[in-house]
Amino acid sequence: MSGGVDSAVAAARAVEAGHEVVGVHLALSRMPGTLRTGSRGCCTIEDSMDAQRAANVLGIPYYVWDFSERFKADVVDDFIAEYSAGRTPNPCMRCNERIKFAALLEKALALGFDAVATGHYAKVLPGASGALELHRASAEAKDQSYVLGVLTAEQLAHAYFPLGDTPSKALVREEAARRGLSVAQKPDSYDICFIPDGDTKGWLADKVGTATGDIVDRTGAVVGTHEGAHAYTVGQRRGMRLGTPAADGKPRFVLEVRPKENTVVVGPKEALATALVAGSRFTWAGLAPADPTSEFACEVQIRAHADPVPAVAQVVADAAGAAELVVTPEIPLDGVAPGQTAVIYVGTRVLGQFTIDRTVSAVPVGA
Amino acid sequence: MPVYLDHAATTPMRAEAIDAMVDAMRLVGNPASIHSAGQQAKRVLEESRERIAATLGVDGIEVVFTGNGTEAVNLAIKGLWWSRQADAARPRLIVPAGEHHATVDTVEWLATHEGAVIDEVPLDEVGRLRLDVLEALLAEHAASVALVTMLWANNEVGTIQPVAEVARLTAAAGVPLHVDAVSAYGQVPIDVRALRRVTNAPRGAGLVALSVSAHKIGGPTGIGALVLDRSAALEPLIHGGGQQRKVRSGTQDVAAAAGFAAAAEAVHAHLADDAARMTALRDRLIAGALAAVDGVHLSGDPDAAGRLAGNVHLSFDGCEGDSLLFLLDAAGVAVSTGSACQAGVPEPSHVLMAMGRTEADARGALRITLGHDSTDADVDAFLAALPAAHAQAVKAGLAARATSFDR
Repeated sequence: MSGGVDSAVAAARAVEAGHEVVGVHLALSRMPGTLRTGSRGCCTIEDSMDAQRAANVLGIPYYVWDFSERFKADVVDDFIAEYSAGRTPNPCMRCNERIKFAALLEKALALGFDAVATGHYAKVLPGASGALELHRASAEAKDQSYVLGVLTAEQLAHAYFPLGDTPSKALVREEAARRGLSVAQKPDSYDICFIPDGDTKGWLADKVGTATGDIVDRTGAVVGTHEGAHAYTVGQRRGMRLGTPAADGKPRFVLEVRPKENTVVVGPKEALATALVAGSRFTWAGLAPADPTSEFACEVQIRAHADPVPAVAQVVADAAGAAELVVTPEIPLDGVAPGQTAVIYVGTRVLGQFTIDRTVSAVPVGA
Repeated sequence: MPVYLDHAATTPMRAEAIDAMVDAMRLVGNPASIHSAGQQAKRVLEESRERIAATLGVDGIEVVFTGNGTEAVNLAIKGLWWSRQADAARPRLIVPAGEHHATVDTVEWLATHEGAVIDEVPLDEVGRLRLDVLEALLAEHAASVALVTMLWANNEVGTIQPVAEVARLTAAAGVPLHVDAVSAYGQVPIDVRALRRVTNAPRGAGLVALSVSAHKIGGPTGIGALVLDRSAALEPLIHGGGQQRKVRSGTQDVAAAAGFAAAAEAVHAHLADDAARMTALRDRLIAGALAAVDGVHLSGDPDAAGRLAGNVHLSFDGCEGDSLLFLLDAAGVAVSTGSACQAGVPEPSHVLMAMGRTEADARGALRITLGHDSTDADVDAFLAALPAAHAQAVKAGLAARATSFDR
């Protein structure tokens, strides 16, 4: 229970369904913030108190479990390392993968629980063969199946998402108010929970330092300078203050961040188009496709709230002979950064996911 | 009926304290008012103060009521520190490691905001302060020491501190001593005047201040007291109507004082008997726990006379204290991990760390504390629930280190 409205209502429904429910708040930081106005889902004392108040209303026991060490190692340090390597990680996915449905789940099972229920908007449904599948939520706008794409069959077997069938968040808020939960109108959280003021760039600058470097175009010509490559994300347009205008006078976008060289590559919008994404770190959410080495149709989604794009996918051997999942979208994807997660769907079902290691531009240099 | 074994957190109110409070709540009158109603309230208040004073070996005038133990500690440390700067610069503050957060945070605040220089006295492996280090500090710096503050007994591991020895050293050095007796009050005899006498305390030095709290002895929450020797000079923290020798302004809570006094008298009257009874229960619980499971260690002083009668502090190898707490709670037994929490966020105990234990070791800690109404049945229930809870907590502890969901 994060202290937000979703997990509070999820807990209420789990209780109502007749389960023996215990509220658990994850302590993810040794230095919790104190008070703030919005919800951040973790770390703050006010969130912990809100979660406890919700548990009180539901009449269930409530405990705070300390995962701060695991969280720091597996999520925060990983986030810093990924950014330092020029990749754009998703810490919420990492938290689901390593904390909520790994460390927490494992501890819960050992303590005699059967499942971890969360306020995520997603569904776990039995497939044709009876094996569990992960599906998009009924509430399209709130669907969180993307950030749960890392869950494996074993994890799905112990995951319980009581909000999956609810058509909208508004209904969840109404239900919270009806149940007398004080968090009914608590604002949604959007920021990264361990960056308390929402200033990701400032936080990263603090952790990895800043150094002035070159901004170059696709030919390697220097067109400006920057004060720390990590402050840039692929697809970004503003904030570069380039002295040299582009030859065609068109706006330029960040195409690539090269932290080792401390260089940011810019170019025209068309150059953001990505014709292929691939990665060797892939998992299947439930049953793997019968033969993933032959091409299969799917949709690919590269951000939590991006539209899925029809694609074909295939597991092939990469240059080093390791298995790599290669996805070719029907229309090019925009703003793909290495380190991002691609989740592949068939209809509403999440098939699996991979971390993007490699992309192929739809517009080669010089084209 | 759940088994309550967390009396160090708070202990059930005694029937006589509830009765006294309810009776006093029916009175009208501000004890500071001049009319008869005020005088009647004042009488109940001052009688309560005197009855509490009698349990601590002081006069009523030397008992300053506060909102709780933490306020008493703050008043003593900050108040003494400031008053000691009045005629000379005395920036040093001598404080043992492993103190309660009321002290730790107050001392840190003085260091950050007022330039206090902290001299920390280390603890030995049973949690007792190193008297030789304290003695050397006083010998070297006496002229620049504002005060010494210490616990009478550690609230986590129950180790009783050498209060008389420190009182003697500070008396000889001419330095004031504050003792936080919140966890010791009601379990060990406390006689401030006698201690001052046997340590030859001069005016304003030696044991001059002592903090206690009502709810740890079966009184109400919301009231504590600072025992302040007549000779001690202290700056107030709260200014206003000048109540309580101008040391702590604010309308006084007559009903809470009456409840406090009733509890204090009851505790004081049965102190020796209750301590003997709790010690027997404690020793049976310790022996039972050590026999029941493997990899369990007693923290604090193994010598029966060196620890609080109601305190058991155990560390379990390969377990997390919060798993054990949860499993025992589910089995109907309330215990504590002993360490400080903010909104329930657990931290490794700074007390265990100060005793030279590792963070991993500190994580497997459980504090079981007995009180005036504890029974053999409570000990039996704990010992009955422990093996299964322990076995499951070990499983969970292993899971926390390497999960099968890792990839």
